[in-house]
Amino acid sequence: MATAFSATLPLHGSSSQENRLLLPPTRLPPPPSSFLGSTRSLPFRRLNHAHAARRSPVVAVQEIVKEKKPTNPLLITKEEGLVLYEDMILGRSFEDMCAQMYYRGKMFGFVHLYNGQEAVSTGFIKLLTKSDSVVSTYRDHVHALSKGVSARAVMSELFGKVTGCCRGQGGSMHMFSKEHNMLGGFAFIGEGIPVATGAAFTSKYKREVLKQDCDDVTVAFFGDGTCNNGQFYECLNMAALYKLPIIFVVENNLWAIGMSHLRSTSDPEIWKKGPAFGMPGVHVDGMDVLKVREVAKEAVIRARRGEGPTLVECETYRFRGHSLADPDELRDAAEKAKYAARDPITALKKYLIENKLAKEGELKTIEKKIDELVEEAVEFADASPQPGRSQLLENVFADPKGFGIGPDGRYRCEDPKFTEGTAQV
Amino acid sequence: MAARIHGGAGAGAATALSTFNPKKLVAPSRTNLPARSSKRCIVAAAGSDASKSLRVGHSQKLIANAAVATKAETSATTGTGHELLLFEALQEGLEEEMDRDPHVCVMGEDVGHYGGSYKVTKGLADKFGDLRVLDTPICENAFTGMGIGAAMTGLRPVIEGMNMGFLLLAFNQISNNCGMLHYTSGGQFTIPVVIRGPGGVGRQLGAEHSQRLESYFQSIPGIQMVACSTPYNAKGLMKAAIRSENPVILFEHVLLYNLKEKIPDEEYICNLEEAEMVRPGEHITILTYSRMRYHVMQAAKTLVNKGYDPEVIDIRSLKPFDLYTIGNSVKKTHRDVPTPYAGTLEEWTVVQPAQIVTAVEQLCQ
Repeated sequence: MATAFSATLPLHGSSSQENRLLLPPTRLPPPPSSFLGSTRSLPFRRLNHAHAARRSPVVAVQEIVKEKKPTNPLLITKEEGLVLYEDMILGRSFEDMCAQMYYRGKMFGFVHLYNGQEAVSTGFIKLLTKSDSVVSTYRDHVHALSKGVSARAVMSELFGKVTGCCRGQGGSMHMFSKEHNMLGGFAFIGEGIPVATGAAFTSKYKREVLKQDCDDVTVAFFGDGTCNNGQFYECLNMAALYKLPIIFVVENNLWAIGMSHLRSTSDPEIWKKGPAFGMPGVHVDGMDVLKVREVAKEAVIRARRGEGPTLVECETYRFRGHSLADPDELRDAAEKAKYAARDPITALKKYLIENKLAKEGELKTIEKKIDELVEEAVEFADASPQPGRSQLLENVFADPKGFGIGPDGRYRCEDPKFTEGTAQV
Repeated sequence: MAARIHGGAGAGAATALSTFNPKKLVAPSRTNLPARSSKRCIVAAAGSDASKSLRVGHSQKLIANAAVATKAETSATTGTGHELLLFEALQEGLEEEMDRDPHVCVMGEDVGHYGGSYKVTKGLADKFGDLRVLDTPICENAFTGMGIGAAMTGLRPVIEGMNMGFLLLAFNQISNNCGMLHYTSGGQFTIPVVIRGPGGVGRQLGAEHSQRLESYFQSIPGIQMVACSTPYNAKGLMKAAIRSENPVILFEHVLLYNLKEKIPDEEYICNLEEAEMVRPGEHITILTYSRMRYHVMQAAKTLVNKGYDPEVIDIRSLKPFDLYTIGNSVKKTHRDVPTPYAGTLEEWTVVQPAQIVTAVEQLCQ
């Protein structure tokens, strides 16, 4: 397919210009019976190429795009281009503002910034609907913003104010939004992948058991370090087994704090692990939002059609350290410079202008608008109140009877002191 | 003092624990007691008003040690009822809830086609299909997390651990996600899961299969823990747990699955936060739960012959404790020994009725 950007540098010597797609071997599993995975025999016995042709094959990205024969030789329209640009600028400005606020003492704790990886978030999430779910890790501010959570809500949450998306109870690493189906925000790596698998399971359950018209997909974002964790493999297995509508997106930024991906992984090519579980594995240049978007389209269509999961490895890079507390001394300056030259925002800007989709002035207007939006978010967060003491016990249990029966024979939650926050529990 | 068995708020429950006898040992009350062993001995007030307390309508008989006591006759005071074994009671509760609400589903190893390793989910897969009674691969952490994700997005999964010890592998999900997500999401997402499974010492199952995990889970905020001990409260607690919006961990015991009892025909649920009065008494309170209830009742027989009048409470709710029923004075005896494989050794590590009798006698000196 046409590459959107001119030069792509190879990844550590191996060529990675094209989107590589590895299909599972021809020994595909038999068509699904009414029982999940029960009566199939081992595929080895049925190695028969004629058989394979009759089953629905996994379609490569290139073929789908070739079939479409777009009338527009470009990959996006003007409107789409501006939406993508605005989203990436929002992500970048917001994260830069976070850094400023952190150093000014407005927020504390762990803050993990997403600078440089915006193409992945924008490329995937801007294709989703409101009812699709996104599950992320601790590097989740921009995923929340792309999914539609307002900058005000995210900034307030970071400041720990009651107007934050989680009422100030989550913080930087736990961005949740029921309205936008942002299922977090998890502190431990790999913890969110089973939750994403569960959300995809609900989607399938709604369709098959409850007979509702549901084709929601779930996108799970996580990093290269997570790909050595057991939960990742357990979920790849289950997602492929039950054909869940989920997309596993690996944001391979080559570093897990100070541990290089190449030092910790026996086979560093993560996309290859997909076919081992019976799902397609795709490698894409994560610094190029249009390439990511093309791959994402295919993966989302697959999931919505009920064909099962996809594993997408995005080669990307974080311009800042792992978190704001990370001195970032281990990474080579040359490597940083190499990826800085491939900044996704600059690249999209260049594409839009060169292909006459937008003028410089329009893009500048967008940047200004976003700057004002982020400033306003900070003002809002500053002005918001801190959570009251009574909030301490409010959300521990969904049903506060779970605090039990006190010595006086009544439920603790009925005690008036409980809501004031002065009860002893 | 007593506890109601039918669902009802603790507010209307019977009398409060009355005065202490200063001659008895009184320990300060503690609110969040870690459950260390399955036996508790406390010294209760001398003057508890037994006459006002509600007696448990069924199962006043002292049941023998091992759970193969299918001969235990009980009379349901609530009408005709039907007799069944504990695992059937669990199955009945589960089936009724699945009929009632299509969002209730089961997931675990061997729950579907195999019918559950202890037959609690027998027949359910045929009735409800493979997706509602999901046979998972052997990946506790991932399928527990999957249950949690499903609960966040609208389903009500019942996650079965084939053995409670296996849930140690799922500890990350249970501790971080199950307990905390409601809080860290600011109340946006509820996790109405039930995590259940058999645990405890069986017949020579070996150390790893005989663990009691209650103490590990006690420290997790945001979850409720209950332990069932009779077919009646097994069904009631199962139903209550499924209907609860909170994540609930339901502990069952391997050796109790074959207990037989008559339970009511009509629908009932047990209150998740209440304890059960098994035998009201006046001299000493013995708190117990799960299988130890039967050891204690056997010891109680001996104690009665020796002139003591023990009050036996099955605490049922392990987290939070029903402090109202338990009262203000608790003295904890701690036994925490890994159970070895050999049968005779096992006998010595599990608390036997004779030891309970000795302990009570010592306390009542």
